[in-house]
Amino acid sequence: MDIIISNQSATPLYLQISEQMKHLIVTGELTAGDMLPSIRGLAKDLKVSIITTKKAYEELEEGGFIETLPGKGSYVSTVNLDILKEAQISKIEESLHDIIESAKKIGLSKAELKERIELLYEEE
Amino acid sequence: MNVIEIDNVKKTLGNFTLDIPHLAIKEGYITGFIGQNGSGKTTTLKLIMNLLKLDGGQIKVFGKDVATESKQIHEQIGFVGEPTGYMTEATLEQTKQMIAPFYKTWDDALFNKYVKAFQLDTSKKIKELSQGQNKQAALIMALSHRPKLILLDEATANLDPVIRAQILDILMEHMQSEEVSVFYSTHITSDLDKASDYVVMMNNGKVVLYEDKETLDSKYLIIKGPKKALNDTLEKELIGIQKNAFGFEGLARLSENMAKTLGNELICEKANIEDIMIFTQRGSRK
Repeated sequence: MDIIISNQSATPLYLQISEQMKHLIVTGELTAGDMLPSIRGLAKDLKVSIITTKKAYEELEEGGFIETLPGKGSYVSTVNLDILKEAQISKIEESLHDIIESAKKIGLSKAELKERIELLYEEE
Repeated sequence: MNVIEIDNVKKTLGNFTLDIPHLAIKEGYITGFIGQNGSGKTTTLKLIMNLLKLDGGQIKVFGKDVATESKQIHEQIGFVGEPTGYMTEATLEQTKQMIAPFYKTWDDALFNKYVKAFQLDTSKKIKELSQGQNKQAALIMALSHRPKLILLDEATANLDPVIRAQILDILMEHMQSEEVSVFYSTHITSDLDKASDYVVMMNNGKVVLYEDKETLDSKYLIIKGPKKALNDTLEKELIGIQKNAFGFEGLARLSENMAKTLGNELICEKANIEDIMIFTQRGSRK
């Protein structure tokens, strides 16, 4: 499990951690029942404060991604991946709306926009 | 749960007065204690250690009064202060043999592990150690009995960045137990930027700020801009404003109200602990 955080980023540290864990869960790298590192162990390894990892886990708990059993630790919960994916897709659609809006503003045609997306998609 | 509770504490030393109505340090976390030289950090730590007598008020550690139960309390504290007070003619090994019997929980394996990590030579006399090695030795002595409360007074000052990182690692290792708390004073704030959970700031004998790390990171901004953008509402929100021929800068604790008043011409930057210290100090002088 890789978690890479940046102290220079404008995104708060706890969000960087929780977003990356979400990504690992959505992509199936972490599956239901997998045990997560302890809050204190993760803080030590990432060299961040305990408050930060605690907040990251709280975020994940609220989103239903993980569950914490007192005294036992945190596990990846049985999340419905379809619902998660659905949510992600609607997020992408939102961003696409913004992009289309910007494209229209400068008169970029549908074909031209498509071409650009295809080009960038291949690069990834 | 609080590991240290300070109530109505007053202490006058010459023309300096320490005045802390209430301060509680949370159990299981690292709390950084910052402030300028002479702001009262060492005095506070000495009062907690019962090395100075209170003029008034009460300090409790592990729920016990430091004035009457210091013996039981000290069993579970690891303290590094200035000066270390070791006999300069004794070797590191001899120093350990003097200190270890005072603690029921002394762990020789842990001591040896740290000696190895810091590459210290235990046959060397205290006076033969460098300033940095002296600090390392003091830290090892303070941690080898697995204390529940680690109190450090400028323990990382004068140490190079590699050693400071090592010390941070060792502290974080101790923090794996939920019972262990660290309260440490420093003016090298970059150490704190990494691992501390709470930050207490002193200024002229008083606590002027107490926040958790996430709040500090997310709520404090340095606002910069042209002087014409500095209206009365903004000026009221800013701490330690400095104006010059090219514009102004100040520290803001960002509230929603505040965010709304910010125009395009202003630059908002994340403030680090050092910025917060400098601007708060500047603000208190006017």
